[in-house]
Amino acid sequence: MNWKIPAALLAAALAYPFIFRSNFAINFGVLVLFYALIGQAWNIAGGYAGQLSFGHAVFFGTGAYCSTILQLKLGWNPWPGLAAAAGAGALVGALIAALSFRFGLRGSYFALITLAFAEVFRILTNAVEFTGGGLGLLIPLKRGAANFQFAERIGFYYAILALAALSIGIAIWLKRSRFGAQLAAIRENEDAARALGIDTYREKVKVMALSGALCALGGSFYAQYYLYIDPTVVFGLDKSAEMLLVAMIGGTGTVYGPLIGSLLLTLVGEVTRANTEAQGLSLIIYGSLLILIIGFLPNGLVELFKLRWRRKARA
Amino acid sequence: MDATILGAAVINGLLLGGSYALVAVGLTLIYGVLHIINFAHGSLLMLAMYGAYYLLVKAHIDPYAAIPLMVVAMFAAGYVLYRGLIGRFSHGKDENILLITLGLSIVLENVALFFFKGDSQTITVSYSDRMVALGPALVPLPKLVSFAASLVLCAALAWFIARTETGRAIRAVAKERQGARLVGIDVEKIFAVSYGIGIACLGAAACLLIPSFYVSPSVGNLFVIVAFTIVVLGGMGSFAGALVGALIIGLTESLSGLFLGEALGQIGISLIFILILLFRPTGIFNK
Amino acid sequence: MVNRKSRITRRRFIGTAAAASVVFGVPTLLRAQAKPIKVGLVHPITGFLAYSGGQSRMGAMMAIDEINAAGGIKSMGGAKLEALLGDNQAKPEVGVSVVEQMQEAGVSAYIGCFSSAVALPATQAAAKYNTPFVIDVGASDNIVNRGLKNVFRLKPGFNACVDDAILGLGEINKSVGNPAKSAVLVHEESEFGTGTAKLLAAKLPSIGVEVKEVMKHANPTRDFANLALRIRGLKPDLLVMSNYQNEYVLLARTLHQQKVDLVGMFSVLGGGFNYKFVKELPDVAQNMIDTNHWFDPTNPRAQAMKKRVEAKGDLFTFEVYLSYNAVKFLAEGMTRAGSADKEKVNAALASSTWSDHFMPYGPTSMVNGQNTGGKAAMLQASKTDIDVIWPAKFASAKPVFPKPKFT
Repeated sequence: MNWKIPAALLAAALAYPFIFRSNFAINFGVLVLFYALIGQAWNIAGGYAGQLSFGHAVFFGTGAYCSTILQLKLGWNPWPGLAAAAGAGALVGALIAALSFRFGLRGSYFALITLAFAEVFRILTNAVEFTGGGLGLLIPLKRGAANFQFAERIGFYYAILALAALSIGIAIWLKRSRFGAQLAAIRENEDAARALGIDTYREKVKVMALSGALCALGGSFYAQYYLYIDPTVVFGLDKSAEMLLVAMIGGTGTVYGPLIGSLLLTLVGEVTRANTEAQGLSLIIYGSLLILIIGFLPNGLVELFKLRWRRKARA
Repeated sequence: MDATILGAAVINGLLLGGSYALVAVGLTLIYGVLHIINFAHGSLLMLAMYGAYYLLVKAHIDPYAAIPLMVVAMFAAGYVLYRGLIGRFSHGKDENILLITLGLSIVLENVALFFFKGDSQTITVSYSDRMVALGPALVPLPKLVSFAASLVLCAALAWFIARTETGRAIRAVAKERQGARLVGIDVEKIFAVSYGIGIACLGAAACLLIPSFYVSPSVGNLFVIVAFTIVVLGGMGSFAGALVGALIIGLTESLSGLFLGEALGQIGISLIFILILLFRPTGIFNK
Repeated sequence: MVNRKSRITRRRFIGTAAAASVVFGVPTLLRAQAKPIKVGLVHPITGFLAYSGGQSRMGAMMAIDEINAAGGIKSMGGAKLEALLGDNQAKPEVGVSVVEQMQEAGVSAYIGCFSSAVALPATQAAAKYNTPFVIDVGASDNIVNRGLKNVFRLKPGFNACVDDAILGLGEINKSVGNPAKSAVLVHEESEFGTGTAKLLAAKLPSIGVEVKEVMKHANPTRDFANLALRIRGLKPDLLVMSNYQNEYVLLARTLHQQKVDLVGMFSVLGGGFNYKFVKELPDVAQNMIDTNHWFDPTNPRAQAMKKRVEAKGDLFTFEVYLSYNAVKFLAEGMTRAGSADKEKVNAALASSTWSDHFMPYGPTSMVNGQNTGGKAAMLQASKTDIDVIWPAKFASAKPVFPKPKFT
């Protein structure tokens, strides 16, 4: 294992706010790391284990609502709330996986059932009183690191950096661990994996719990960063699609794919939005770029780097 | 619960299902043959609805009279999209088709926003508000027409696939790509034709929906998830399945809306979807 | 929609924005050079609220162009206003990004955001810099209730709109002998509809109207046939709706098709109640009543602006004149402040008594950032036009109430 790449990336990420000091730049960094985190959460299930999902927002929203409700209704501090969110995400992940895999769902069937679960959660959250229903939940302003409401954006930046680094650390570990190897076997050929003696059901439930937990961390962070959530924002199809895009554009099943995807898509999003005036133009460019990337780099942006490394290795 | 309300809700649900069938039948063909999830289905429907809208507003062609024109135009659009973009850019990877159709839907929706602006357009034709008494329910004529048309469309497609030369080739490709290639079928062309036919159905659907609905750049999103649900429910690739699935979903939506309220009632569709996926993932019409 | 002048200013923003996005760190130089006063417009230009966002942008641009043509901000040596055009995509995270981006470009004040879900985090982001933020459209009262000193809203929030609706409805009902004794409420599921319906349900009994049922529907809803059936079954005198454009129109159309007889069809902040609705579906629209933000029809400037907008082939919707007046309110505050200094502008806006608008409002009077001088109007559609029917002072027609029955 080459530790140079993660070490260099981490050093660069730690130094970033000292080089680019403006709030705009730091907010940009937060967004990149935030999407890298939830993209990695998706990637661990969709890429590493090959369990494609269209409804990862179900975990994201669970995390966001879990820590927020604990805070508003039971007076919890959001830091332990963050941990509770991860637990809730893991639980929901395990439950959905246990149910779906018990019934043998695979491929696009599994992808569609996650979508249906996200819809069920969105509709329920919207309908019941104690989640605030359609009104959403507003977290009162109480600035301070102890409240997970840093006075400065840089505090949020390091918090999300820690979470994103954790997700990448897990991805690295998966590449090297027995669990990861089992997931890869399941992804390549589930029947063969079972023939090899892998308990595919158990491993798939485990990976969904892990993915759900990471995704829920992202949701909880989102709630603290913006201090307002509503069912459509956190359980909506948009969030599910964003995670999937980040991971797939970057490169599924790779350690740095989601980070690379997040960096590019966030940048493209900001630049096209800031530089177009006519209605719709920014997203026309954004969508076209998505198509082109897939057209020319069918395995995602990581390929660019792989090509270079290979060339270097040959030279 | 009042029996007449219940009866009327059943009728409304079936009619609603008829309009869903119009959208789902093309999707099930694409799904059955190409095994892909066509995320651009909704935005192509939207495009077709704008087509029908402008044909009426600018050229004074009644939406029903525009059906042949829109079917041909949408077939061409689908064929060209597959040949020029989807087939070429997917490199044979299903996930990539998914991403490309997702990207395509973003582009199409915003192209519509760019050219047509974001507000919803409604049309009034002489028969828009004509009502027909159907048992306990008062039913708008356009809904009745679209229900009948959905039956015709499903039957026509089933006939086409079962009886024609192209239909046989489509079936062969859907069943066994490699085998079809070996017996000399141009698989890529059949993919494009199937995609074209699937999209052509949207041309008809658009003309039938517009008299009683509205069109806006994001109108396609209303139908996408429902259409997926129907396709899975009916069994991917089955036209009869799509029709029955659509009627079940229409009924479910109508009745759960009646009993749970219109907001929470939306959950009925998702729950049915989950149950079907768990207990009968190949759909009610496939073994 | 956007004229040549704004395109020039736009290009300048591209310059600074590009500089900001490429070389994040050094915007101060640019800020020092910028003489015009930059006003950031944070509207949803893409996504499902794109139409409303575009309308708001148009209204704000008209105000900016007008102010510049009249010599800019006089007390600041005729400094011109320069629009920074932002797109919040109706997403909270994008709204915050736009706020930060504009901050880099040296913005002096913001106008936005249409959706409350975006306005909440966006105003909070702007509060860090104490940059004035004028809410042109955005219903939630939480936006101004949080104690942020930089946030101002000229138009009434939905609490006040509901109060006006209740007051107007009570007066109209009483004037014809109280034919309306019961109501069904139908609202969309998000914050705006839910909040409005909750207030209405609490207050309708005070004018002798019993609420038979409150029905919530999803966004989007594809079919309202069942809802119409249930309403007919409940036989209420009134239907009161609060929903967005598509559902508003679809529901109204369905009730018309189903010939559901009511004493009156009301809405509060009805999303689809506009000139287009009357033009496209005159039979459906006829006699519907809405309580909404509306211009003062007796004010010639409002009529002139309406003509200008319509001459361009656009609709004179509430977004247009609310955003227009929000910019005018800001400019007047800046004129009194005599500088773009944020503290001074905030103080000037907080003490504003501005009355040079063309809304049916009195002089502006800000309490915690909310103008308490604002008022909603009650409107009724005829087959060809929309009239103000309440308050009587601004009315251009008498109400048609009760509504004639279907034959």
